[in-house]
Formats: sequence, C-alpha cells, structure tokens
Amino acid sequence: MILKSRPDKILVAFSYIFLVLFCLTILYPFWNIIVISFNESNDTARGGLTVFTREFTLENYKQVFKDTRLLGAFKISALRTIISTFCATLFTSMFAYGISRKQLKFRRFYLKYCTLTMYISAGLIPTYILFRSIHLINNFWVYVVPWLFSAYNMIIFKSFFENLSDGLIDAAKIDGAGEYLTFFKVVIPVSKPVYATLALFVAVGQWNSWFDSVIYITKSELLTLPALLRQIINSNTVEQLLAQLNVSATEAIVSKISTRSLSSATMIVSVVPIILVYPFLQKYFAGGIMLGSIKE
Amino acid sequence: MILSEASEKIQQRKIQSERRKCNIKEQLVLQSLVIPGLIFLAVFSYIPLMGIVIAFQDYDLFLGVRGSTWVGFKQFIDFFGSNNFLKIMRNTLSISFLKLIFGFPMPIILAILFNEIGKIKIKKAFQTITYLPYFIAWVVVSGMIISLLAVNNGTVNNFLISLGLINEPVNFLSKPEYFWPILVISNIWKGSGYGAIIYMAAIAGINPELYEAASIDGATRFRSIFVVTLPCIIPQVAILLILNISNILNTGMEDILLLTNNGDNAILNGVSEVIDTFVYRYGVKLQRYSYATAVGLFKTVVNVAMLFSANSIIRKLTDTSIW
Repeated sequence: MILKSRPDKILVAFSYIFLVLFCLTILYPFWNIIVISFNESNDTARGGLTVFTREFTLENYKQVFKDTRLLGAFKISALRTIISTFCATLFTSMFAYGISRKQLKFRRFYLKYCTLTMYISAGLIPTYILFRSIHLINNFWVYVVPWLFSAYNMIIFKSFFENLSDGLIDAAKIDGAGEYLTFFKVVIPVSKPVYATLALFVAVGQWNSWFDSVIYITKSELLTLPALLRQIINSNTVEQLLAQLNVSATEAIVSKISTRSLSSATMIVSVVPIILVYPFLQKYFAGGIMLGSIKE
Repeated sequence: MILSEASEKIQQRKIQSERRKCNIKEQLVLQSLVIPGLIFLAVFSYIPLMGIVIAFQDYDLFLGVRGSTWVGFKQFIDFFGSNNFLKIMRNTLSISFLKLIFGFPMPIILAILFNEIGKIKIKKAFQTITYLPYFIAWVVVSGMIISLLAVNNGTVNNFLISLGLINEPVNFLSKPEYFWPILVISNIWKGSGYGAIIYMAAIAGINPELYEAASIDGATRFRSIFVVTLPCIIPQVAILLILNISNILNTGMEDILLLTNNGDNAILNGVSEVIDTFVYRYGVKLQRYSYATAVGLFKTVVNVAMLFSANSIIRKLTDTSIW
C-alpha cells in the first residue's frame, strides 16, 4: 500500500534519528541522577562522572532512609495522595452524575455556575486569606480539601456518564434502585476506565504537588516529599556557591556525603512511585484526554 | 353521577399529588447529589472572588475586609506607575512568547514523525519515553537541571569543555542571559511528548484514502505530510494556538520559582520576575495583600478578555466553541 520510494526511506531514517536523539535527551537527565545516586559521594565530587558509576554504593540510599524527616515527608505525601485521590474522585463524580441526570432541575444553571470557576479565579491572595480564616494554614487538610472538586474533571466524568446507555440506568430504576444505589452499584462499576484515568491524574498531581506546601505550610512536620526534596536540592546549590567562593565548604563536600548525592537519591525515591504507576497511566491517559476534548 | 364524578376527581387529585410528592422526593434526592459540590464551589471559588474587593482597599489582616480603609484605584496606579510594571510585563510576555515560538511546534513535529514509524512496538516505545517527563514533578526536574548544569562537574559543562567550546565552567544558573533559554528548553523537554497526544489522535482520524489518493497523484510520503497530514490537523493546531495565545499572561510559575530560589535570586530577578511570581512574592512573602491582589486582578481581567476574544475567533473559524 505505502509506496516505498527513495525519499520515503530518507524520511523514515530521519524520523528514527530525530526520535532516538529526542528520547536520549529525555532519558539522559534521569540516567545522570541514577548514576550519581548510586555512586560513592566523594568519588562523585572528583568529577568526570557522566555515563556509568565508578564506585557503586548503596550508601546514599541508606542515608536517605535513615533520615527521619524524609520518612515523615514520604508519609505525608503518601497520605495526601491516597486520601485526596479517593475523596476527590468520589466527590467530583457524584456531582457529575447528578448533573448528567436530565431530570435534575436547574442543571443548566448549575453547569454554568461550575464552568465559570474554570475561567475566572480569584487568584492567590484572596484564596490565601480565605484559607487563613478557615484555619487551613499549617493544617494537613489543606492538601486535601481544596482539591475535592475540579470542574475540569467533573466535565470529563459528566460526558462519560452521559454516554452510558439510558437503558442501563432505567433498568436499575425499574428494579426499584434509588439514585444513590444506581450510582454506586451500576454507574461506578461500568465507568471503571474514566475512574482509573482521573484517579491516576489526581494521584500524580498530588504526589508531585510542591507549591501548596510552600504557601500554606510552615511546620516542618507537614512538609511533603517535593517540599523537602526542594530544601535538600537548595542546600546543594548553597554548598556549590560556597565552594565557588573558595570557602572551606569544599572540605565539607569531601568529608561527608555531599548533598548532591543525597538529593539525587531522594529524587529517585520520589520518582519511583510515578514510574510504578506509569504503565497504568499510559494505558488510560490518552483516552482521558480524548474524553476531555469531547466537550470542546 | 355527580358524586361519582367528584370522587373520581378526588381520586385523580390524590394520585397527582402523590406523584408530585414522589417527584419532589426524587428531585430532592437528585439535588442532594449536587448540593455538596455547589456549596464547595461557593466556599472555595465564589467567596474568594468577593475577596477581590481588597484590591481596592488598604487591607489589614486584623481589621478584615469590613474594617480596612478603601483606597479606590490606588494600588493599580501604584503598580502601573512603578518600574516593576514594565519589567514584569516584559518578562511575562517574553517568556510566554519564547515558550510559544519554540514549544508550540515541537508536539506537532513529534506527532508527524511518530506517524512515519511503521513498527508499532518501536513507535510505542518512543511514545512511552517522550510522555514520561510530563508526570515528573517540577521539583525533580529542577533538581535535574541544577545537577546537569552544575559548575562543579555538571555534565553540560564537562561536555562543552571536552569539545573545546568553553575553557572554564560556566555558571549557567546565575547568568541572566541563560535563564530564558533554560526555562524554554526545560519546558519543551517536559511537555512536548504529552502535547503530541492530541495531534496523534487527530492524525489517526485522517481518512487513509487521502494518503492513497495523494500517492496515486505521485506524492511521496514526505510530500503527503504537507498535502494531507498538515491540512487535516490545521483545526486542532489553530484552536490550540489561539488558546495558547489567550493564555499569554499565565507564564507558569513553579518552574521559575524553582530555578530562582523561590524568586529570591537577586541576580536573576531582572529576567525572572513575571506576574505570577510577583503576586506570590508581594502577597505571601511581603504580605502586601491589597497590592498583590490588584496585580492578580489585572491579570485575571486581561485573561478573561483574551479568552472571550479567542473563543469568538475560534467560533468564526471552526463553528465550535470552547464552552
């Protein structure tokens, strides 16, 4: 079918070369961090480390897992991810199911009320003042409550529910099931793909979220993994700056495990959960985006 | 006769009222599904919207909205008259335009090249790799950038020295002239693969007969990119381009904050301060609530105006609308 003339071969070759180079650029930063994280710290400081480890060690990881702050941050991140993902998908989808029912009065108004918030937002400061007044500052629940509802995800849920066959819901109704029973026993089980997609997206967003712990949290025991990682990386740059100024920090770098090694190992620890769910993400997200674009 | 008619009427009315009761009950159940969400939005979206009034006040945290003094447009006048205004507008627009010029075509190029790879497994592998960075936190990405560009033994410096392009390590992250390129490149690195998905779907939807017709007409595969693929995905390209342009003031700020030590890097401030980081620094850090809210409101107003015009342009071009 596809004619294989000369220029086509050139095109295919070009595509391969371009994509291979692009993928290498994507992968190298990961590889660089992996290598540093598994290499002996003093050896890394000697420089010249690029593609392979020179002195393989697990010491950096041992340090990471010894650090109680890190374990605490890991726990906070894991907790917020699990609680938020569960609550947000349930809360948002319940609303979406209600909106998807044609019998619901005022549904057009509700929909406008909802989508308006996608385009007009109050901005950082009024939100900050509100959170302050309802005591969400320095409170674990600031990681969960504001994310309970997302208009964007609601629309994806809604368009999915609207595409379910009416017969399905009517049948449940005839059997005497109320709205709630129908929702939990009929709608949720047949909507697994959309739940999987959105839950994964919420989970990744939660796990990666950094800015909220910067603005709303000052207590160190409530810091998330990205926030703590950020502090470690930052002390790394400070050390480098000192080293540049030829302060005795050069000695400090050589004498103990450098923060560069430590931050690399921490980065890997925080990326691993994402890599673990990545196959599932990939299975679903393309479909998820398409669901979103149905509306557009 | 009359009696039976009357009793029938009563009977009917009873049924009707029961049905209505039943309807009301059903309606109440339905409403109970959406009411929590409505309350949530009222609290977390609409109450803060009312909080915007502090942009016209000299807000004091302890006096609250009611107790604070009204100052009219003072905050806006202060902002537009300050040196900061020109600086942050220049930075915001420059960074957005650079991201647009260099970042926008990349997903399209990727999607087209993916489409040229015949072997499905290899194509899948390429896609898997290119999507990955989208799911990595900016904190981690910034850590990677800092590590790669490190003055002491960063790979980039080592590489450039070994090629003989530079003689001694360059501190890329504290030189203002490198800040925008670093930002744009890291955004391309992070988002291009994911951005390609929407174009991949558009390309997958193209009727194969079009390619056949083109090849019968003597078009090479290379040529059919320009006569078939690109014309077919133009609607998606146009919509995304317009949306991106209307989003021009939303530069994104995590990446900027992470590369400038939360905006505190004084050397980079001249090129790194954008509207969002400015609002964060003045509002949260310096606690100039009213001033920061005014700046944020300025951004929101411009954004909404841009979005509305974008929508009407899209509607004229394609008969679809974003809402």
